[in-house]
Amino acid sequence: MFDKFQNNDRMLMLFFIFLVLAGPILLAPLGAGYPDLLQRFCIFGIFAIGFNILFGLTGYLSFGHAAFLGVGSYSAVWMFKLLTMNVIPALILAVVVAGLFSLLIGYISLRRSGIYFSILTLAFAQMSFSLAYSVLTPITNGETGLQLTLDDPRILDAANTSGGLPSTNFFGLTMNSTSKLEFFGMVFQFNVGFYFCAVMLILAFYLAMRIFRSPFGLMLKAIKTNQNRLNYTGVNTRPYTLAAFVISGMYAGLAGGLMACTDPLAGAERMQWTASGEVVLMTILGGSGTLLGPVLGAGFIKYFENIFSKINESVLHGWFSFLPDGLEDLIVWVLHFFVGKGWHLTLGLLFMMVVIFLPGGLLQGAANIIDWIRGKKQSSSTQISNPNSMPAE
Amino acid sequence: MSILEVQNVNKSFGGLKALQNVNLSVEEGTIHAIIGPNGAGKSTLLNCFIGKLIPDTGTVNFDGHSLLGMKPHEINQTGVSRVFQTPEIFSDLTVYENIMIPCFAKRDGSFCLNPLKRVKSEADIHEKAEHMMEDVSMADKRHMIASSLSRGDKRRLEMAMCLAQDPQLLLLDEPTAGMARADTNNTIELLAEIQNKRHITMAVIEHDMHVVFSLAQKISVLAQGTVIVEDLPENIKGHPKVQEAYLGGAH
Amino acid sequence: MDAILLQILNGLDKGSAYALIALGLTLIFGTLGVVNFAHGALFMIGAFCVVTLQKILNISTVAIDPTTVDFLGNPLKVKTPYIVNWFGEAAGSAIINWSVPLAILFAIPVMLFVGYAMERGLIKHFYKRPHADQILVTFGLAIVLQEIIKAFYGANPIPTPAPEIFRGSFDFGVWIGMAENAVIYPYWRLVYFAFSAIIIGSVFAFLQFTTFGMVVRAGMADRETVGLLGINIDKRFTIMFGIAAAVAGLAGVMYSPINSPNYHMGMDFLVLSFVVVVVGGMGSLPGAVLAGFTLGILESFASMNEVKGFFEAMYLPSIDQIIIYLVAIIILLVRPRGLMGRAGVMEE
Repeated sequence: MFDKFQNNDRMLMLFFIFLVLAGPILLAPLGAGYPDLLQRFCIFGIFAIGFNILFGLTGYLSFGHAAFLGVGSYSAVWMFKLLTMNVIPALILAVVVAGLFSLLIGYISLRRSGIYFSILTLAFAQMSFSLAYSVLTPITNGETGLQLTLDDPRILDAANTSGGLPSTNFFGLTMNSTSKLEFFGMVFQFNVGFYFCAVMLILAFYLAMRIFRSPFGLMLKAIKTNQNRLNYTGVNTRPYTLAAFVISGMYAGLAGGLMACTDPLAGAERMQWTASGEVVLMTILGGSGTLLGPVLGAGFIKYFENIFSKINESVLHGWFSFLPDGLEDLIVWVLHFFVGKGWHLTLGLLFMMVVIFLPGGLLQGAANIIDWIRGKKQSSSTQISNPNSMPAE
Repeated sequence: MSILEVQNVNKSFGGLKALQNVNLSVEEGTIHAIIGPNGAGKSTLLNCFIGKLIPDTGTVNFDGHSLLGMKPHEINQTGVSRVFQTPEIFSDLTVYENIMIPCFAKRDGSFCLNPLKRVKSEADIHEKAEHMMEDVSMADKRHMIASSLSRGDKRRLEMAMCLAQDPQLLLLDEPTAGMARADTNNTIELLAEIQNKRHITMAVIEHDMHVVFSLAQKISVLAQGTVIVEDLPENIKGHPKVQEAYLGGAH
Repeated sequence: MDAILLQILNGLDKGSAYALIALGLTLIFGTLGVVNFAHGALFMIGAFCVVTLQKILNISTVAIDPTTVDFLGNPLKVKTPYIVNWFGEAAGSAIINWSVPLAILFAIPVMLFVGYAMERGLIKHFYKRPHADQILVTFGLAIVLQEIIKAFYGANPIPTPAPEIFRGSFDFGVWIGMAENAVIYPYWRLVYFAFSAIIIGSVFAFLQFTTFGMVVRAGMADRETVGLLGINIDKRFTIMFGIAAAVAGLAGVMYSPINSPNYHMGMDFLVLSFVVVVVGGMGSLPGAVLAGFTLGILESFASMNEVKGFFEAMYLPSIDQIIIYLVAIIILLVRPRGLMGRAGVMEE
């Protein structure tokens, strides 16, 4: 029994590694095989995995995780400006700063639970957002966003003689270098930045898996189910929730740092509440409390964001040109609200749909369908624990 | 020697005096039953022991030190565990996990972060949990989700979770309420066995006189917030004050 | 002294908006047990009722006026709103001029309907779901409403001026015997404050003096027991939701001249209103109002140069941006239940 579980985990891990590393090949037929999008899959995958450690395990619903992402981005860009264009110091600083920041916010917010906690984290994130726009302009460069400039010190790097802005690198490997491979008429792009993010994603996934299987993770699950019993079992829950909060904050910091690594600028809009909402959606869409769910959710949303944002009215007209003119115009008129710049509307609707109809997320939905096909009446969908409960105080 | 000393405890909610000058002492190694009609303040008293409520005045001493002002988890760490009237278990987790948690908690004290260890690689804890499940004969249900257990099983599970911590004092709030007769007898046997084997002191709130008289070595009768009698079981039966309390003072 | 008075007055209008939104949030939370993240969107919809009415009133006939030409010599197009055609020049432009107050009449049915539709169509199905689901679904709804408004009205703020006679400022200080020009205050803000006071007063009066209000108050205290009395509490709560929506909407209508409506104003106010609710104490109506005004005034004080300078000396620049959050943090650390919170609300 015991060994079987470990074997299952090993299989899951291998499957995951294969999926991620072969991403450029597997996703090329879907039109998602280009580096920019693949990098986003990985980065938001890390973000969602981290969020899931907090929400999926302890049930504490944070609405402020984008703040940690933003902090991570700013720290990383500062490292690029001051020290070196190598990504490693930047990521370390991003994770550390995000961790400290989440320690501070978590220490205060976790004094309350349930709705209070959600509201507090939302308020803190909005506070960080407005601070980044106003007071902290010397650090964040306000509305313009923090960017690299030619006369940054970069004390560890050799003098920049190229005349252009230097690009980020991993010990000499430039992040945005891509090698292309043509095969059966399809172009596969292998990008250094993507593989760097992919390795980070795999590490992040592995760490999350270990946390899920550890006594610490068990304690977090217990917090979600029944905090009272835990208190009467001699456990002070706050250090556990705080640790989970900080860990997920560090994941967000890592994701933010990676964003800066692939594109070295940072803006305050990354900290907005919509960004926090997006990671919540990714997690619940995939299935909170599951290992793979958040990564799938992140990929799903980023993929459709990419597709939907590219559709415009003329594309729609092309699709529906077979219809009579009046009907075509009507359909296009209705649909154009949901595509292009209207992607957020679709996102909001999707959000509501998932909460209303699929509270267990895509994985739960898939499990239900499989059970239904097998003729079982979902009696033993026990692998996916109920993601809906909030902790009682 | 008495392990739990309660002196002059008062507690009121608004104008209602729930507890008035309650005095109680539980001897080490005994089963002490607290009985009384509905609304006598039994559960309130228990809540004062575990830190859920704080008495207005009076002292609660456990093993020589005061429990007042301590948080629930701190009180538990001194060796007091409680079984609730409606079982407080981790209903989303399996029976096995439910029992593992108190096993971890007791060893770790309050906080031990080892996120990289596997739950199952902790051999001694695993073994302890296995033993515990056998003791309450739930080993065959180890992979069931706790919320799908029957009411009696839930309560047995909760008891096992408390016992896994090797408490010095176990507080039980109506351990047989709503149970079928057979289940009740099982519980009586289980409690008696625990007491024989482990010599855990127990304070039991109970309605069922059958349970009370087959287990208790001492009985306190609570009525309208005060202890009216504290005596051996054989002296409680037929005690005039007790009859008065239960039957409504037929002078 | 006059500076202090001025800041109190300045704080009143923001405080009124906070108080009105927080009041609605608390009503919904207290009666239905639902935390409505879409409540800010209701405030925004209220403000856009004004925009819509303004647009409707300004629907015009276009005529070519041969007597005037532009600099290229083409005849100018002259727009005449239908309203002016129908009611004549004077009455027509007066109606357009007064479009903000008129929007109150327009907004009340709209908001009641929106509230009713929201409660019956969505929130109703979430009473028995966990709080996390309620938060998530209303959050999604907030995004949807905001994006719909953005799709129809664009991303830029749309100015909605107050009626002309309220547009200027007046010398408030002279009224109460101060030096001239000491306290200059815009008329409309005073109107806004008076309006809010009336709304708050009538909500409280409604709850206090009508049987309907009594049942609702009883329901807030103990929902199950009131349900057991055979009173159809659900229906009343639906109406309550509509009223809360109307209160938020009217707050938005009247706020539109102070702050031109834009699609994200709802969320901006919602976050702060949540902080207000938390500071006031979850589930306490007087707490929500008290905390709303207190925080509004505090915010306005913090924007005074003297105060700013003082805090800057203590390494806290731009205290006005974060004062509300700081106060909220301190309150939560000292009095976790908030100023007037009841025990047991949202705690177990």
